[in-house]
Amino acid sequence: MKTTKNAKAATLNAGRRRFMTGAAGLTFGIAAGAPALQHLVAGAAEAATGSVRLNNWVTVFTDGTVAIMSPAAEMGQGSLTALPVIVADEMDADWSRVRIVAAPPNDKLYGNPAFRFLQYTAGSATVTGYFNNLRQFGAQVRYVLLDNAAQRWGVPLAEVVSEPGYAVHPRSGRRLSYGEIAAFAKVPAQAPEVTVEPVAKAQFRLIGKDLPRVDVAGKVNGSAQYSIDVQVPGMVYGAILREPVEGAAPEKIDDREARAIDGVLQIVPLKFGVGVIAQNPWAAFKAKKALKVTWSREATGWGFSNDKGYAQFAALAKDPNAKGVAWETQGDIAGAMGKAATVFEGEYRADYAYHAQMEPLNSVAAVTADGCEIWCGTQSQTVAVTAAAAALGIPEAKVKFNGMLLGGGFGRRGNRDVEFIVDSVLMSKAAGKPVKVMWTREDDLHNGRFRPLYVNRIRAGLDSQGKIVAWHHRVVSDRVLAFMDPVRYKESKGRDNIAMRGTELPTYDIAHRLAEGLQQDTGMRTAPLRAIGVGQNSFANEVFIDELAAKLGVDPVEFRILQLAGTPRAQRAKNAIEEVARMADWGRKRRGRGLGVAYLDYSGTQVAGIAEVSLARDGRIHVHDFWCVIDAGVAVQPDNIIAQTQSSIVYGLGLALTERIDIVDGAVKQSNFYDYHVPRMRDIPNIHIKLVQTRNHPTGAGQMATPLVPSAIANALFQLTGVRLRQQPLLPERVLHAMAEAGVSIA
Amino acid sequence: MSNITVTLTVNGKQQSVTAAPDTPLLWVLREQLKLTGTKFGCGVGQCGACTVHLNGEPTQSCLHALQDVAGKQVTTIEGLSPDTSHPLQKAWLAEQVPQCGYCQSGQIMRAAGLLKQNPRPTREEIVDYMSPNICRCGTYVRIARAIERAAGGGGVQS
Repeated sequence: MKTTKNAKAATLNAGRRRFMTGAAGLTFGIAAGAPALQHLVAGAAEAATGSVRLNNWVTVFTDGTVAIMSPAAEMGQGSLTALPVIVADEMDADWSRVRIVAAPPNDKLYGNPAFRFLQYTAGSATVTGYFNNLRQFGAQVRYVLLDNAAQRWGVPLAEVVSEPGYAVHPRSGRRLSYGEIAAFAKVPAQAPEVTVEPVAKAQFRLIGKDLPRVDVAGKVNGSAQYSIDVQVPGMVYGAILREPVEGAAPEKIDDREARAIDGVLQIVPLKFGVGVIAQNPWAAFKAKKALKVTWSREATGWGFSNDKGYAQFAALAKDPNAKGVAWETQGDIAGAMGKAATVFEGEYRADYAYHAQMEPLNSVAAVTADGCEIWCGTQSQTVAVTAAAAALGIPEAKVKFNGMLLGGGFGRRGNRDVEFIVDSVLMSKAAGKPVKVMWTREDDLHNGRFRPLYVNRIRAGLDSQGKIVAWHHRVVSDRVLAFMDPVRYKESKGRDNIAMRGTELPTYDIAHRLAEGLQQDTGMRTAPLRAIGVGQNSFANEVFIDELAAKLGVDPVEFRILQLAGTPRAQRAKNAIEEVARMADWGRKRRGRGLGVAYLDYSGTQVAGIAEVSLARDGRIHVHDFWCVIDAGVAVQPDNIIAQTQSSIVYGLGLALTERIDIVDGAVKQSNFYDYHVPRMRDIPNIHIKLVQTRNHPTGAGQMATPLVPSAIANALFQLTGVRLRQQPLLPERVLHAMAEAGVSIA
Repeated sequence: MSNITVTLTVNGKQQSVTAAPDTPLLWVLREQLKLTGTKFGCGVGQCGACTVHLNGEPTQSCLHALQDVAGKQVTTIEGLSPDTSHPLQKAWLAEQVPQCGYCQSGQIMRAAGLLKQNPRPTREEIVDYMSPNICRCGTYVRIARAIERAAGGGGVQS
């Protein structure tokens, strides 16, 4: 016999009223039979249920099928599955009967509370952002189902409990399946009052189990559909030669050669480039290559280069008269710095970096006199609809959205202007036919939107006991938020959360702190990139902390623990750091190898990592092992958190060692995987991960380990050689240069 | 360049396709034959997302022009097994390898080539053989484990 879920029964009647935001009245529906699921999948909720009123999140079918909406975009991170798990757990659904339905675009109903109810999958904020509301909503569904069963049986609701998919009355042994209840259930107009158990005490049935992700099966046999796979009747193909520098426009177009290519149908001059429409992709790509375009020279970015950026940013970072926008401030930084016994200072840099999602950007659109239909892989369903409508000057209601799987996102598919979606809309309008616009890998790089160039400068004041009392972190970088999302930027008061995140130090006990940003408009295209600002700001923090430890002659692991506050959150940090040190056997010296540690509180998730490295004569760093401990609170899908952490580490490895974009006269120098090197299987270390599950509200897991990797490697290189590298990536020539400057030779 | 018509065998079925002679096999498979499991990643043989078997050998379909594949046998991910029953596909599911999944058809096709010539590869041989294929989600640990599992290694935890 299955165990009954008594803990849930006890909470049913008590409690305060809480609603899903944006949901009026009760927010689930009851439907007859199951075939209507297909309509739900298509987003046509009304058609799914005929006259029965529904439905925002859950539909219970009379055959026992439970359809649960998932508002997340699936780009490999698994939240398409993880969110319905949270609903299903609280409503005590039989997981084998659950069907996940991609929620249609609707911020009001499906927006992420963590993004002010924007339906936007980013920032490792999906599970953490939706968690409370989805639990509450699942509990409401369960309440109504059990209440209906209680009334049918004529027993008090308090006597009814649930088993997965069933309401049960233990005293009489009676049972009704959720499907059976659906056949007679009355759904109250008002959402019931339900209190869910606090996370520290809740008994979970599905949360914490490893349930196979729903998107995986189609990904091993070629049937998974990405937007690049879409074909619609009458469709033609588009390619676009974009301006090399943002804001430049085509002045002179010589398309004679392009037009002569077999299969080319049309050349489409655009504000930002020149489009080609052709009968097949190959003709479109060839014609794009054959275009000769002269560009206007008005754009801000012309003449820019990495060197120019570094010169400008480094001067600002040092300028005592420059003032940034405060990202985080506490205490009296000037006073504390003035009184400090010693003040140390360090400067850290990072090159531009590229997402390199495996599926080059693309979309499909069919524009007609009545409106427009789009097929795309986007991190925000609603942003895609808004952008398509704006491009055509039509109401959003006239845009039909088809969300496809994303062949990687990493922040590249969430910009407010979603230019890769607007592309196909404009081209379809010009062609009068459905068009699939595909970017080549070269387009994807040349028109990339990068993690910005950074110069970070940190000053730390220490008291006579060697305790850090003041911490001033200044970040000079390209602006990101203003470029990638002007809407959110408007509300930000100039605080660039993409560039600045990671400068805050929530667990280190430093009384006087200032993190300030001086974000510059260099004209370069930027975007959030996996780990956003944390990827560089944490690198600066953790290499600098390591430098302080070395100056004071304190072991780097011990030094970090010494800085931790006495809060419960810092206690979790301590556990993570101590555990990773134990895993790596931190105290054991290895011949010809160096160990380096890094720690990070990333939006509440505690992560610590240790790298073991050696150095080749040509300056190449070899990472042999990487140990990592992650505590993201309650692990909704534990094995998926491990998978995401493996992924984060590999991504961090590329950013740490090889990945860089060079800007020459405002344009991108790199073109493809032969000059932009991402990690391959032969490059990865032995990866050892320990997931620590704690009874805290779940926090992010999709990118948390990425920033640890460059920091830990740089710190390991120091242990091995005594030489500090302060710029990402840690290229061989930079290693050799630093060693030559320090007069150190490779052993 | 005027179109040519070429006959080739794809997943055991004879197909006649008409396109420009320099059209990469990749685009013929994807857009003409609608076998979209084979993916476009780089177009220059650097990432392996478009890996298929050509006369039994794994290769990047973006590098083979239509004019050079006349009469040849092509196997794509759709032809690897009729029902996702290939040992590699089962191992891929057991190890929950895919994340975004976009590269995985290519990874599986490359791995199938490896096991055909070397049914019990060592970890080192796997790493060596699989390194032409990029997975940006960094699922390499699981890919290696899945190959070992399919080869009868049982998926040793690293």
